[in-house]
Amino acid sequence: MTVLQIVFLVTGFVTLLAGVMVVASPKLVHAALWLIVSLAGVAVLFVLLNANFLAVVQVVVYIGAIAILIIFAVMLTRRVMADTGPTHNPSWWLALISALVLLGGLLALILQVPAFAQAGPTAQPAADSGLSDLGTALVDVNRFLLPFEVASVLLLAALIGAMAIARPADAAEEGGE
Amino acid sequence: MIPLSWYLILSALLFCVGTFGVLARRNAVGILMGIELMLNAVNLNLVAFWRYLTPGLIAGQVFTLIVFAVAASEASVGLALIISIYRRRSTVVADEINLMKW
Amino acid sequence: MRPEILTLLIPLPPLLAFGLIVLFTNRSNRLSHSVAIGAMLLSWGMAMAVFIAAVTAPHLGEHPIELSFPWLPTGATALSIGVLIDPLSAATLFFVAWTCLAIFVYSVGYHNYGQPREAHDRAGLPPHGGGLEPMYARFFAFISLFAFGMLTLVVSDNLLLLFVGWEIMGLCSYLLIGFWFGKDSAKKAMVKAFMTTRIGDVFMLLGLAYLYSATGTLNYRAILANEEVLHHLATTPAFLGLSIAGACGILLFMGTVGKSAQFPLHVWLPDAMEGPTPVSAMIHAATMVSAGVYLTLRMFPLLAAGWEEGGALTTPMLVVSAVGAFTALFAATIAVAQNDIKRVLAYSTISQLGYMVAAVGIGAFVAAAFHLITHAFFKALLFLGSGSVIHGMEHGEHETHAHTDPQDMLNMGGLRSKMPATFWTFLIGGLALAGFPLITAGFWSKDEIFADAFANGRLLVFGTLALAALLTAFYTMRQITLTFLGQPRTQAAGHAHESKWTMTLPLIVLAVFAVAAGWAGIPEDFPLIGGLLPNWMHDFVGGTLLEHPHPVAFSPIPLLTSIGVSLLGLLGGWLVYRNAKAGAPDPLIRALGPVHTLLKRKYYFDELYERFVVAPAYWLAETFTYKFLDGKVIDGVLHTIALVAGSVGTYLRRYIDLPLVNGAGDLVGESIKRAGRGGRVIQTGRVQGYLVVGVAFVALLLSYVLLVRP
Repeated sequence: MTVLQIVFLVTGFVTLLAGVMVVASPKLVHAALWLIVSLAGVAVLFVLLNANFLAVVQVVVYIGAIAILIIFAVMLTRRVMADTGPTHNPSWWLALISALVLLGGLLALILQVPAFAQAGPTAQPAADSGLSDLGTALVDVNRFLLPFEVASVLLLAALIGAMAIARPADAAEEGGE
Repeated sequence: MIPLSWYLILSALLFCVGTFGVLARRNAVGILMGIELMLNAVNLNLVAFWRYLTPGLIAGQVFTLIVFAVAASEASVGLALIISIYRRRSTVVADEINLMKW
Repeated sequence: MRPEILTLLIPLPPLLAFGLIVLFTNRSNRLSHSVAIGAMLLSWGMAMAVFIAAVTAPHLGEHPIELSFPWLPTGATALSIGVLIDPLSAATLFFVAWTCLAIFVYSVGYHNYGQPREAHDRAGLPPHGGGLEPMYARFFAFISLFAFGMLTLVVSDNLLLLFVGWEIMGLCSYLLIGFWFGKDSAKKAMVKAFMTTRIGDVFMLLGLAYLYSATGTLNYRAILANEEVLHHLATTPAFLGLSIAGACGILLFMGTVGKSAQFPLHVWLPDAMEGPTPVSAMIHAATMVSAGVYLTLRMFPLLAAGWEEGGALTTPMLVVSAVGAFTALFAATIAVAQNDIKRVLAYSTISQLGYMVAAVGIGAFVAAAFHLITHAFFKALLFLGSGSVIHGMEHGEHETHAHTDPQDMLNMGGLRSKMPATFWTFLIGGLALAGFPLITAGFWSKDEIFADAFANGRLLVFGTLALAALLTAFYTMRQITLTFLGQPRTQAAGHAHESKWTMTLPLIVLAVFAVAAGWAGIPEDFPLIGGLLPNWMHDFVGGTLLEHPHPVAFSPIPLLTSIGVSLLGLLGGWLVYRNAKAGAPDPLIRALGPVHTLLKRKYYFDELYERFVVAPAYWLAETFTYKFLDGKVIDGVLHTIALVAGSVGTYLRRYIDLPLVNGAGDLVGESIKRAGRGGRVIQTGRVQGYLVVGVAFVALLLSYVLLVRP
């Protein structure tokens, strides 16, 4: 058992635990905080996988933006949108069964391929774990410029859409458009 | 060394937890959190495959970046929707938002 | 214009008049009678022209005026119809034209033209005391149609056309007897007349058909003037021991029995007096009933086929003479006991027709034709005279507001002074009927019959006819005495007055004929005056037959018999009734006792027929055919079919249509609805539910891929 393996196991366990707590916490704020923990665990795993940049992006975007957004939304509307009642809906058992079956299937699928079990990581071609290559690829016309631009348009649309949808009703009608 | 299957199994577990959260939580924001978990599991899967199978091909990372962007936009729009629905229906319980039926 | 064409045109003006009156002029009385009388005048003129042509033509019997054309195609050949004027039809045409014209003119006055219509007179009932007849134009339309029928019959050259005219007259008789249809008695009488003559007509039609099937033709010349045909018919046996000629002859004679009111079909004629008097005169005295005798005369060669003059009578001739003689006596006895002025004349007509029929039966062809002609004139005269009397009595009743029967002779009396023209003409007619010697036509024709009967040894017929002649004279004088002589027995009679010229002029004209017509047939060997005038009747009319009949040798016995019974009867009638008082019963009642009742009730024949013929017919029609056959059997079958159909339908509807067919249709819709309603449940609207389903399917798919596939 190497150190990496242990680190992996611990991190994996923490992430999973946090994930379970996300879905099982009755209070939303707790769930949001557990989500942050889970996201952090994933960031660590990214580091383990030599995807440093992605790990940073994970922390900055997911934890720093999305999770914060969720917490903001929950906190700012807590009085208004306080949730009472059971955490799970009446047919949670069905969901559990489905998820377990899905899990079983996925596991069987994974274990079927012997290549996955044996492969160790192949050598990394670049020392900076492909960061400069990533940067170049994103703005290269022949490579991934288009998806990059489309993604930015998507973000713009989401931005505008979120504002439009979340606007209060009378303000939306007054403003017209 | 950590075999690939470990990462994949982990990612599968995380994904299923997220699925359970989506399917079972009453609160709409809780469902959104479940979705985030699922997306994270996917990202993990992608990066693991990139690292183990084609480290030279940067497409793996690019894919993951795009998924980030999508996740972000989806989270913001989703929250906006929840707020809007609450204004109309005075509830955030997914079960009670059931007008899309006969 | 050639006489054949004229003959063809003779019947047409009255037909045209009928059409014009019915369609156009029936609102104007003056126009209607003008059209009718004008048409009759035209026909009369043409008839006279044809008559003159016929009389002046030599050997008319061998070369008659004839014209025929094919009418009904029957395969390769065609049935021809046309006209024929031989001596018999020429003579008949003469008296038919004169009497019809006279009666047409008489009708104008009879129906009180020129008088205002009374307010309380209704169409369908006779007008009270002197008002205009409400259905004036209709009357003229009907008698015009009748005149058409009679003239067609007379000029026809075949039995079929004769039958057409026969039936038209039957119809008009029906219509005119029931002219005053508001009277119940008239309605009954019209039906009785039609039905009774119908019985005769059925047999006649059978005879017609049989004759046609035996000879292939109905033309007179082809059958009756053809020796071979007659011989063949006389010798071929038919049925019941008769030859074809005998069978046809008797069957055709049945038509005469019906139409000329011989026994046993005589019952309709007295009841036919319900019609207006011109109708009685024309139809039931001069023309229609004469048509029956005309037919018998026409068919004489057929009846007499195989008979030698002076020899034994053939079977049909025996039947004919028996029926005729019996009827003559039978009707005369009844006439003696009747009190209604028209009834007496009706029975008298039946009796006189019996004379004619008997004469034909014994082979006295010319005598029968002679009597037919003279009878037409004096009987029409008598009827018209009686009409005048009735009018006078009605006027008297109207003036004195009496309510007695204007036709009852016991209420009359003394009308001689009140209605002189009527009296004298009636007297002439009555004397003619009674056969007053020498100066009346009736004498000559009756004497001819007696002479023929006696000379040929038909003594039974001779005796019967002589007895009937005695009674005829008796009741005639009875009638004249009661009506005109003595003192008025009621107020009404006392206030009667003479009729207008439109009524008395025809009387005078007919009276002239009643006197003079006899002188056309004076036998050549008659003592003193025989030979002064040629026996035109014998020469001319006798030419109709193939063999010109021999004139009968003169014998004093029949002459004396006829003079004797005539004078005796007249005297008797006058003596018995000259002192008849008002309210006193008929002297004959005491003299005859119960016999008188028998005679008065016409030997109860009406009751007999009612009981044994009419009532069973009604029973058959009403109870058997209508109630039982139609109501129970046929309707029963129909109702059962309907019931079965109904229940089959109901069963089909209830057990097959509704549950199965409707059910299947409903099922389709209903099941889709239910499936939809059931299926709808899965659309909960809950997103998580949908997602669960999605995930579950993915799981399923994965398990399939992993586990089932290798």
